[in-house]
Amino acid sequence: MTAATDYTLAELCIVAASQAFANEGEVLATGIGVVPRLAASLAMKTSNPDLMMTDSEAWMLSEPNPLGARPADFVPATESWMGFSRIFDNVWSGRRHAMLGPTQIDRFGQSNTSALGGTYEKPKTMMLGARGFPGNSISHPNSFFVPAHNTRVFMDGECDFVSSIGYNPARLPKGHSLDDVDIRLVITNLCVMDFGGPDHQVRLVSLHPGVTVEEVQENTAYPIHVPDDVPVTTAPTTEQLAVIAALDPHNQRAYQIKDNPPGNRA
Amino acid sequence: MNKQMTAAQVVAQLEDGMTIGIGGWGPRRKPMALVREVLRSDLKDLTIVAYGGADVGMLCAAGKVKKVVFAFVSLDFIPLEPYFRQARQSGSIEVMEIDEGMMLLGLRAASWGIPYIPTEVGLGTDVINKNPDIKVIDSPYDDKEWVAMPALKLDVSLIHVDRADERGVCQIAGPDFYMDDWFARAAAKTFVSCDELVDTSFFHDPAQARLVHWERSVTTGVVPIPGGAHPSSCTPLYGFDVPHFKAYAASAKEESGFQGYVDKFLGASEEEYQKNVGGLDAIRAIALPTY
Repeated sequence: MTAATDYTLAELCIVAASQAFANEGEVLATGIGVVPRLAASLAMKTSNPDLMMTDSEAWMLSEPNPLGARPADFVPATESWMGFSRIFDNVWSGRRHAMLGPTQIDRFGQSNTSALGGTYEKPKTMMLGARGFPGNSISHPNSFFVPAHNTRVFMDGECDFVSSIGYNPARLPKGHSLDDVDIRLVITNLCVMDFGGPDHQVRLVSLHPGVTVEEVQENTAYPIHVPDDVPVTTAPTTEQLAVIAALDPHNQRAYQIKDNPPGNRA
Repeated sequence: MNKQMTAAQVVAQLEDGMTIGIGGWGPRRKPMALVREVLRSDLKDLTIVAYGGADVGMLCAAGKVKKVVFAFVSLDFIPLEPYFRQARQSGSIEVMEIDEGMMLLGLRAASWGIPYIPTEVGLGTDVINKNPDIKVIDSPYDDKEWVAMPALKLDVSLIHVDRADERGVCQIAGPDFYMDDWFARAAAKTFVSCDELVDTSFFHDPAQARLVHWERSVTTGVVPIPGGAHPSSCTPLYGFDVPHFKAYAASAKEESGFQGYVDKFLGASEEEYQKNVGGLDAIRAIALPTY
């Protein structure tokens, strides 16, 4: 294993995000969007071959599909049918880890995919809707990927619409404990965080090369728990970069973070 | 029993204020020809239940909709449905916003004739807080509270399938039948458009019969409309029409708006519509999407 010196920020994020799936055992890994999908695929190809994955349509695969157009003679490694209704049987069993990119994430780890501003009856900006976030968040572990870490995403106050449950005591359902909520990693263009601070406060896990604690805090509207010793996010290995390149032959990863900066900004 | 009918005969059975379920998922296998026939009618005040795409957007834009029951409305590669967005942002529709899986449970409850299905899904989120009609209840078996997802009873469901016979045996040959079996069962009447009308003997091959997902007693009427899912996909027959959806989305930013789209494409009949979008051969030639 050789640490690479030349890698993009997207590749750094993919490798950091793949850590979310490394110790999950035999669960369905769902990465929505290019970086999360490559992160799940990288984990399946390297750290956790027991992961399960779909083709984003209706089949389960024993090997992740490369992204984008594939050669005419490409044969997907299909292993079973997995239509959308069956996805929910899996979700509600808890044997899944999803990584998604909501528009807002508040200090409780609650997220918003639905509507911004105005009133609920007449929002200023209508987005996707709650989608599967309520069910995902109460059923299985979830991680987030945020390509642009700023105070509009990590915002002041509570999400305009709470799509997914977080560590908010005021919303805790009867008979549940906050430990039932399982938000894992938050990977951004600046750092990796989790909710492992005191009382589930958001906590800095690692800083991407060249990023400071102050920069992360300035771009987060709520206080971040900063441990005494915050490591630098581990650089990809040349082996990992080769796997990523094979999974993303059209280099879609170059378009996921603004201006596709290098991974080391020191 | 011969259940074959026309799209106009389907719409003649719909009434103002009805709750209508629409099968498919986002830009995939939507009964768009039946939706277009609704657009040509004077129906109004509909409640639409759907995993929504342009079906929901078009009905909202045409002023047919009082309320939308949804988890998302999206064209996938165009994430935000332009006319649903306009309807929400102008406050012109009521909504019941729920989780994707809650919709499945609501359709199952309606299909099974039970008032609700208990679930954890929705707890701690605004799909409960913004929906006073969805109750949270105690369990007789534990000390937790549970969401009582109410039955989503439908007056009518509209579904598009690959093939059907005149008795209402319906085949979905694509990789996913989404929740269409539950839409079919949850409705008092289910009308199905099909790309191909086949003889009953077609299903004597078990490999074909295996792709039938509900009993024919659930199907009220069958409308043969080749290409009837356009501009959504009907995999494996045709993909979704990316340029058409782009033109549709762009129309929302033009001054003529949805009326401009209608004037350009809708026509007085499905024949006219298909002529306006390049004909059935062009629809059937649309490549399947790669995910």
